[in-house]
Amino acid sequence: MKLDNFSTEFHPVPGAATAWRADVDAAELPQLCAQVRDSGGRLVALWGSDEGDAGYAVHVALGGHDGLLCLCAALDGKDPSYPDVSAVFPAADRMQRAAYDLLGIRATGAEDTRKWLRHGAWPDTQFPLRKEFDANAVYPTEDDAYPFVRVEGEGAHEIPVGPVHAGTIEPGHFRFSVVGERILRLGERLGYKHKGIEKRFEALGLEQGARLAARVSGDSTVAYGWAWAMAVEGVAGCTPPPRALWLRALLLERERVMNHLGDLGALGNDAGLAFGLAQFMRLKEDMLRINQSLFGHRYLMDAIIPGGVARDIDYGAVTQLHEQARTLEQEIAPLKAIYDEHAGVQDRFLSAGRVTPELAAQLGLTGFAGRASGQAWDLRAQFPSTPYDQLEVRMATHRNGDVAARATVRFEEIGESLRLMREILVKLPEGDIRTDLPPVAHAGFGIGLVEGWRGDVLVALHTASDGSVHRVHPHDPSWQNWPLLEHAVIGNIVPDFPLINKSFNLSYSGQDL
Amino acid sequence: MYQIIKQILKTGIKTETPPGPDETMRVEAQRLQAEILKVFGHAVVIRHVDAGSCNGCELEINALNNPYYNLEGLGIKFSASPRHADLLLVTGPVSRHMEIALKRTWDATPDPKLVVAVGDCGRDGGIFGVSYASCGGIGRVIPVDVAVPGCPPSPLAIMQGILTAVAAGTEKGTGPEVS
Repeated sequence: MKLDNFSTEFHPVPGAATAWRADVDAAELPQLCAQVRDSGGRLVALWGSDEGDAGYAVHVALGGHDGLLCLCAALDGKDPSYPDVSAVFPAADRMQRAAYDLLGIRATGAEDTRKWLRHGAWPDTQFPLRKEFDANAVYPTEDDAYPFVRVEGEGAHEIPVGPVHAGTIEPGHFRFSVVGERILRLGERLGYKHKGIEKRFEALGLEQGARLAARVSGDSTVAYGWAWAMAVEGVAGCTPPPRALWLRALLLERERVMNHLGDLGALGNDAGLAFGLAQFMRLKEDMLRINQSLFGHRYLMDAIIPGGVARDIDYGAVTQLHEQARTLEQEIAPLKAIYDEHAGVQDRFLSAGRVTPELAAQLGLTGFAGRASGQAWDLRAQFPSTPYDQLEVRMATHRNGDVAARATVRFEEIGESLRLMREILVKLPEGDIRTDLPPVAHAGFGIGLVEGWRGDVLVALHTASDGSVHRVHPHDPSWQNWPLLEHAVIGNIVPDFPLINKSFNLSYSGQDL
Repeated sequence: MYQIIKQILKTGIKTETPPGPDETMRVEAQRLQAEILKVFGHAVVIRHVDAGSCNGCELEINALNNPYYNLEGLGIKFSASPRHADLLLVTGPVSRHMEIALKRTWDATPDPKLVVAVGDCGRDGGIFGVSYASCGGIGRVIPVDVAVPGCPPSPLAIMQGILTAVAAGTEKGTGPEVS
């Protein structure tokens, strides 16, 4: 495959993901990105790698209409730099800053060169993802001193929030600039949860990597588990048995429904309807208990393993899962009607935290939040791997882009997931649930790409010539969506922030790595 | 309003009720709730601190307040501020970037205070271990009374951890394990 105006040949990446790879000249990156953007594409991920004597490399994964395009550009070992692509894809900004913090590769010409994932745990002369960096080195803690953008003028003041928040949620810092109650600007400071996941992958190797991948972001453990398995299977050149792939989809749809249920409850609560929290959390707990009894884990951690799945289900379990899907359909319909007709809830939901389709396209809003702002991307519908190629997933989209639209898309996706679950249970093929993974002893590149509940979860795996883990980049859709939250809250009042934030429910851990 | 009341009546009370003989999980919940009530007399205030988890433990801490476990219904509530808290419920591993915030939260909690470390990572760093970016378990940063293993521990195990901490008094740094 080729892109217009570029001589570079793209080669398919082996594995279940629809992905292509090409080595390109770093100088060509902005034009290549611009071409993909102009044809309606988007940025999926950007990461770097240390290539030893050969210097460094920057990898840019783009979502186009032919699938995922992975561009790899070699960088000089002495002065590793590449031209900025954040002018083309604004979502690249934080990824480029993180790539510098972790690897010391610089995007020249980038407007924002502030640190991102580095706070004070290591000095600016050290780069943890370089091969010579000792993973166990402990540097004295430095002051973070992050330069927030100040808003000045009569009546303007700042509200700093976090990293320890008021509720049971993850840590991060939000700097609100307000006049009265109205938000003029929000500055996010993330990276508090940076715990060295990418470096850790290199120490754990392919065997134990699955467990770590399943814990990049706990609420998306199935999506990460599948993406990891897909990447490893691509490198190893093996395909799991059909039954395993169908069971994976069943688990992924359960994860989607569980998370949407929990968030719909929390949204009701944030709008003052505690009834909603109690009702939806009850339904979620019912799913968790069945997960525990049938799959051995309430959140389905480690249920997916490279080569297949860890546990099979019997006829009784199929009946039980069918029954639960039907019960959930019956239970959710009246709750949706209550939300739809509740004046207080609708008053808070409608027009709060609005992201227009134009802004969503420009900044690259992804996942269900993107679909609530007219961004019609869903891997399950557009690039379906088995079994989605036999399920005809109906994508939910909306154009209003407010809290109400995100709630509506969640309701619709729950309905579609329940339909998918029932269809999967009917069509579930017989046979083995796993296959032995052939040993990996070559330099390879694997891509795992899965439409998780929050959006597309990517795992990029590079192996060294002896088959060991050379580099892993797990990429959460939260990278793309966090910057949109800064825009979504502008002009809203501070008390609506928790509601707007929850309507996206982004991962801190998945972004902080 | 009619629809809401109808739904509430239809749903009934989900909080775990006195058990049948083989419903061991429910037996446990009922006993624990009674113990917590006895020890704390309707008033335990918890401040949760996520010091670097994968967010799995947070899912289970949130589940403690669903109608089945109904922790808040017993007068055990989560506070927005450590200054109002009796007990810190901390998930880990402690990232280097959260080390100062965790220490400050602990300092801000009035004495006598208890600390429950939640999850395998809160206990010893778990899969993330100790590294340039991770301090490992909570006990390496602040004194821990009880460590609840699990990945993530179930709501019942977390309840049991809270109970063990309050029942064991304020002896610091011993970190007895519950399962």
